[in-house]
Amino acid sequence: MIKVEGLTKRYARNVAVKNISFEVGKGEIVGFLGKNGAGKTTTMRVLTCFLPPTSGKASVAGFDVIEQSLDVRKNIGYLPETPPLYPEMVVRDYLSFVAKLKGIAGPDVAKRVDEVIGRTALGSVRNTIIGKLSKGYRQRVGIAQAIIHNPPVLILDEPTSGLDPEQQREARQLIASLSGDHTIILSTHVLSEVEQSCSKVIIINAGEIIAVDSVANLHRRRKGGEMVAVQVAGASEPDVRQKLELVRGVAKVIAREAPEGFVSFEIESLEEHAVRPEVARAIVQSGWDLTELRTVGESLEEIFLDLTKAEKPPAIAAPATEAEKA
Amino acid sequence: MRNVITICVKEVKAYFTSPIAYLLMGLFGLITGFMFYSATVYFVNMGTQQQMMGQSSPMNINDMVIAPLLGNAGVIGLFLVPLISMRLFAEEKRSGTIELLLTSPLNDWEIILGKWLGAMVMYLAVIGMTVIDVGLLFAWSTPDLRPILTGYLGLILQGATVLAIGTFISTTTKNQIIAGGSTFAVCLLLWVLSWVSNYSDSWYGKAIAYCSILVHFEPFSKGIIDSKDVIFYLSAIFLGLFLTARSLESLRWRA
Repeated sequence: MIKVEGLTKRYARNVAVKNISFEVGKGEIVGFLGKNGAGKTTTMRVLTCFLPPTSGKASVAGFDVIEQSLDVRKNIGYLPETPPLYPEMVVRDYLSFVAKLKGIAGPDVAKRVDEVIGRTALGSVRNTIIGKLSKGYRQRVGIAQAIIHNPPVLILDEPTSGLDPEQQREARQLIASLSGDHTIILSTHVLSEVEQSCSKVIIINAGEIIAVDSVANLHRRRKGGEMVAVQVAGASEPDVRQKLELVRGVAKVIAREAPEGFVSFEIESLEEHAVRPEVARAIVQSGWDLTELRTVGESLEEIFLDLTKAEKPPAIAAPATEAEKA
Repeated sequence: MRNVITICVKEVKAYFTSPIAYLLMGLFGLITGFMFYSATVYFVNMGTQQQMMGQSSPMNINDMVIAPLLGNAGVIGLFLVPLISMRLFAEEKRSGTIELLLTSPLNDWEIILGKWLGAMVMYLAVIGMTVIDVGLLFAWSTPDLRPILTGYLGLILQGATVLAIGTFISTTTKNQIIAGGSTFAVCLLLWVLSWVSNYSDSWYGKAIAYCSILVHFEPFSKGIIDSKDVIFYLSAIFLGLFLTARSLESLRWRA
């Protein structure tokens, strides 16, 4: 549905996006992940024909963003970072205006507007002036304008930023409900959001793509064995540590903070070793109470920080120390 | 064309849902109304004086009341145009709604034409306030209709020109005050350029004076439609809208 090849976008002084390539298939929800300023918005703006690329190609639904710009725009629904709303307009009028801009035929406009109002649960504010709406509602009007012409491709730039947790959950549900009919790219720097709603992740850092993978695969990328968290009641720390270190397959035992009366550890296992049953047995057989035992998955957050940190500039050679000079 | 109308209607609604439209119409109506009142009273007094003195030199209501009224309306209109045109693109750029327009399946010229026509409707509503004054004259006397019609044609062409320039200036900034201020300065300059002809007969003096916008309006208010003036206005409108198109395009490249 979306194909980007060797796309570069250069502004007067800096390069925002460097030679990136990726593809998004029909019906996929792709999370576009990166720090602020990584090039997410620029890439989206190229795809929506707001900015032309400096070099490289991009196509949406088979149309080239430069050569067939109008066709691309017909096939895309776009929610920019700040929803493009006219504060003096009433929700309904605004949506009819956008519907007409997107080329919906006159007689169908009212019907289509009613449909998206229903879909985005804006019924109660349909006759309210946009300027008086709360941020959550405004975001919903923003999503409503993006889907009004029922485009096959949706591009949402940080659709949940600035919303409270409740509104974020609603917005995520709304996006998830759209996933059946549309191919969606959404950018975010909230990692849990990607884990919840996306099938695929594109991680971008300083204008370059550093990972394109499914969420599940990213989790599996971790090297080594699994991490297990254990909490034990009724024992002293050295005793438990000693016991745990003797369990077959345990590579490392790290103490963690624990509430009064408990001791807590994180155990790293050797590769190909499932240590949980052994650990449980060892503790119970020692007569202690096992109060917690779970696998600690590396969160997407850690993977993300890991990946974006990887390409640090080489450290500047340390100046000679006083001792060496002497 | 449909897209042009959609945008034009939206712009007109934007003017009329805010106080701008009513403020401009009210202020313009008040100022031109006062001018009209003064000119009419003067005209009537002159008439009675002449009757009392037994003279009967011909007095023309078109020359003494209507032409000055339209002339003044032209000058005041020149100063109101920046207030109409300043928001056209600057506001969209500031609020980010420009992204909606530029990513919708529209040609740039449809956006520009729609916005410019919307501003024209607003301008027409403002200068339309003088129709009240002229209408009163028709109720109690018999002015010549033709110079009035040409006068309004001149007002419309002049307004269209300055609005096209204002539209262009509005695309160059996010700040409405900068857009309005610059347009105001350009209007003022275009007005006073004709002063060059007071002290210079050289070709460049004539060329500069030719660019003065009010010089081309005067014949219209006297009932004369000169193709030279019409061409001046039409080419200036084209230039203004052309520059707007270029500026909008460069917006995409520079962003």
